[in-house]
Amino acid sequence: MTTEAPAPATAELRGEPAPSYLQEPRGLWSWLTTLDHKRIGILYLISVTAALFVGGLFAMLIRLELISPELSFFSSTLAYNQAFTLHGAIMVFMFVIPGIPAALGNFVLPLMLGAQDVALPRLNLASWYFWLAGSALMIGAILAGGIDTGWTFYIPYSSTYSREGDAVLLALGGVFILGFSSIFTGLNFVVTMHKLRCRGMGWFRMPLFLWAIYATALLQIVATPVLGITLALAMVERAFGVGIFRPELGGDPVLFQHFFWFYSHPAVYIMILPAMGVISELIAVHSHKKIFGYRAIAFSSLAIALISFLVWGHHMFTSGQSQVAGAVFSFLTFLVAIPTAIKAVNWVATLYKGQIALRTPMLYALGFLFVFIVGGLTGIFLATVSINLHLHDTYFVVAHFHYVMVGGTVMAFLGGLHHWWPKMFGRMYNERAAKLGWLLVVGGFIWTFLPQFIMGSRGMPRRYATYNMEGLEVHQPLHLMSSLGAWVIGAGMVWTLCYLVYSIFKGRRAEVNPWRAVSLEWDVPSPPATHNFPIDPHVDFGPYDFERIDEATGLIRPGPESQRLLAAAAVKTLPPGAEEENSG
Amino acid sequence: MSAPVAQTTGTAAVAEAAAEHHQGHHPALQHHFENLEQQADAATLAMWLFLVTEILLFGGLFVGFAIYQTWYPELWHAAHKKLDPVLGTVNTVVLLVSSFTVAYAIRMAQLGKQRATSWLLGATIALAGVFLVVKYFEYSHKIHEGLLPGAAFSHAELAAQFSNAHVFFSFYFLMTGLHGLHVLAGMIVLGGLLWKNARGAYSPEYFTPLEMGGLYWHLVDIIWIFLFPLFYLIK
Ligand code: HEM
Ligand SMILES: [Cu+2]
Repeated sequence: MTTEAPAPATAELRGEPAPSYLQEPRGLWSWLTTLDHKRIGILYLISVTAALFVGGLFAMLIRLELISPELSFFSSTLAYNQAFTLHGAIMVFMFVIPGIPAALGNFVLPLMLGAQDVALPRLNLASWYFWLAGSALMIGAILAGGIDTGWTFYIPYSSTYSREGDAVLLALGGVFILGFSSIFTGLNFVVTMHKLRCRGMGWFRMPLFLWAIYATALLQIVATPVLGITLALAMVERAFGVGIFRPELGGDPVLFQHFFWFYSHPAVYIMILPAMGVISELIAVHSHKKIFGYRAIAFSSLAIALISFLVWGHHMFTSGQSQVAGAVFSFLTFLVAIPTAIKAVNWVATLYKGQIALRTPMLYALGFLFVFIVGGLTGIFLATVSINLHLHDTYFVVAHFHYVMVGGTVMAFLGGLHHWWPKMFGRMYNERAAKLGWLLVVGGFIWTFLPQFIMGSRGMPRRYATYNMEGLEVHQPLHLMSSLGAWVIGAGMVWTLCYLVYSIFKGRRAEVNPWRAVSLEWDVPSPPATHNFPIDPHVDFGPYDFERIDEATGLIRPGPESQRLLAAAAVKTLPPGAEEENSG
Repeated sequence: MSAPVAQTTGTAAVAEAAAEHHQGHHPALQHHFENLEQQADAATLAMWLFLVTEILLFGGLFVGFAIYQTWYPELWHAAHKKLDPVLGTVNTVVLLVSSFTVAYAIRMAQLGKQRATSWLLGATIALAGVFLVVKYFEYSHKIHEGLLPGAAFSHAELAAQFSNAHVFFSFYFLMTGLHGLHVLAGMIVLGGLLWKNARGAYSPEYFTPLEMGGLYWHLVDIIWIFLFPLFYLIK
């Protein structure tokens, strides 16, 4: 019993693939009731991709409208307001927040830890069903007439003004449930990382992606319940008028903003920290060099998570908070730049003298570096109170958060997807097609959003359906440019979807370890078997010890200890009847 | 035979061996855990994290309560006199005793006394029921007097003194209501545990679900311990 021979699932054990998790068990029902983290990851991947495309559709409509200063595409400004609200809410709550952790994270986290599954598989599946239920309510809100509150649900839009009463309640309820889905994922990951690391897997042997996921999960656990109660109160306020947020009933609308941003600022780190984790993997693996400053990157994730709770007031500089509060929030916001810069510097230092392979994942990582740094630095502009007063609620803000959320998170999502795609589906995508997709997405992105910085700094307000008033029409050329760029991104996204799906059926079969990486998910078949590891693994190497790669086979070489255990496992396996296992 | 596991049999054969290996274990052990201890540790950590989320959920309400109390101190003082401190005290005692009975139930399970465990779980559920009955009488009294949130508020005396007297009762009903829902959920959870215990699911080796249910119930108790003085004992 104690001799259950921990060994890595290295070359000898890998052998001919057992039926993969994609094949066994069969049938739609087996997928809908699966407790396998890999399958739940795939279910999430399909769902969040659908959300990305629905949200993207709304974005295209918004950009169509803004080509001309007059109301041209939408029938009313109300319809425009509904389009940007749904765009924002769908993208934020249904795509970006669950995107990397629940889709990619679910798939790779237990594999990276050498675990057979997450700690609470049933909660994991429940999380996906909560996502579905929350999303269904959001769709219900669209069908019930749409909402025009903005994704932030500010009072009094959400309590009094938004014209479609039931739709607002549906959307608030939907986001409330999506919040629980997010909590379940985070909680599960924390427990898994604490309790299910395999033998030899110390905290500092975890790939940096997992440190980022850990910090994210803490935020999901601590911040999301506050969003939950805030939205619940907003619902009660709307339905019964209880006077907690509505000023005419004795309440305080700014209290809603405080509550909302107490969650939603940490939430922007729920969106970006996993992306940063992905980038750490991509940069190290595709430059085949030990990551520079492992601990600095690991701890900076925790530092960011901590500081992110202390800065929510930077969304409210113009809401009449005291000047002292403004100054304090401004200063604390500057502090976030430090751990963020630590990461950026370490990534660049990793690239230095690495064997950089300009494959698609690496290209996305480089795109991230350039674009995200602009997004982050403009955040510092916005955190400066005097400048913020000028830029608040302009296109500068829109450009800023798209640089971070799209240029950061979406790019890391795509990079990570290409990186783990061979593992997930056992197929290689066409590299040249992928490079074209990258060019469209990154090029289109800059084309779309760079003009928005310029417009914003010159005073173009956000959330305006028309800009035919005095002085604003001058922005028309830049708006046109932005709208054209949006089509390029859209084309890049559709193209990416096409060649990726194509590769599942027609792609070249993937090797076990196509990128010569050293974390454990690259030590199991592509795609993995239903049961992650035939025998609980044992690691005696770090996630970036590239010298452990056997140049001949491209696989991770087992260390002396692992070899001994491997042999023991093999001896035990050969005569199946001759075991003392079930004697008791 | 230096690479004894042939390439062709490798993963599958070893997986079979691994599967057999797991069968020798306690029926409650899930496949991805090595032993019951690891499984219990994971459940406990998960439960504590869940309790953190619960506290933060109530935290929003507590913060709101504190803010409005500092804004409307006179209202808070006048309105709290409409609550019945005797009933509040009774309910506090009831919940404290129920926390004891659930803790004792777990102790009995550890000692393998299945029947005693069942009785104590039953007692806990009964006490939770008493709590809700008392709450029912308190609520109907408030409703009768028109001490309600929003437009339903119709208490002439308070309305004459304060412009937004209903806000206090918004907090009162929201906070005690959310807590009441948690009591109800606790009764369901404890009921499930009682049912499983009666069918012999727990033993001195395995009683993790009982411990988790107990933790949850203590949380429900503790939240009330904060609600009670905040609402009933305002100076
Ligand atoms: C296809 C690329 C995209 C385009 C062309 C696009 C375009 C736009 C436009 C035109 C607005 C309205 C600005 C305003 O008037 O206030 C907007 C708002 C917004 N977008 Fe995007 N977007 C894209 C992708 C995304 C993604 C991936 C996210 C999520 C990370 C996102 C998050 C948001 C948010 C949060 C808002 C603010 C909504 C609000 O004000 O309530 N966008 N976007
Ligand atoms: Cu913020």
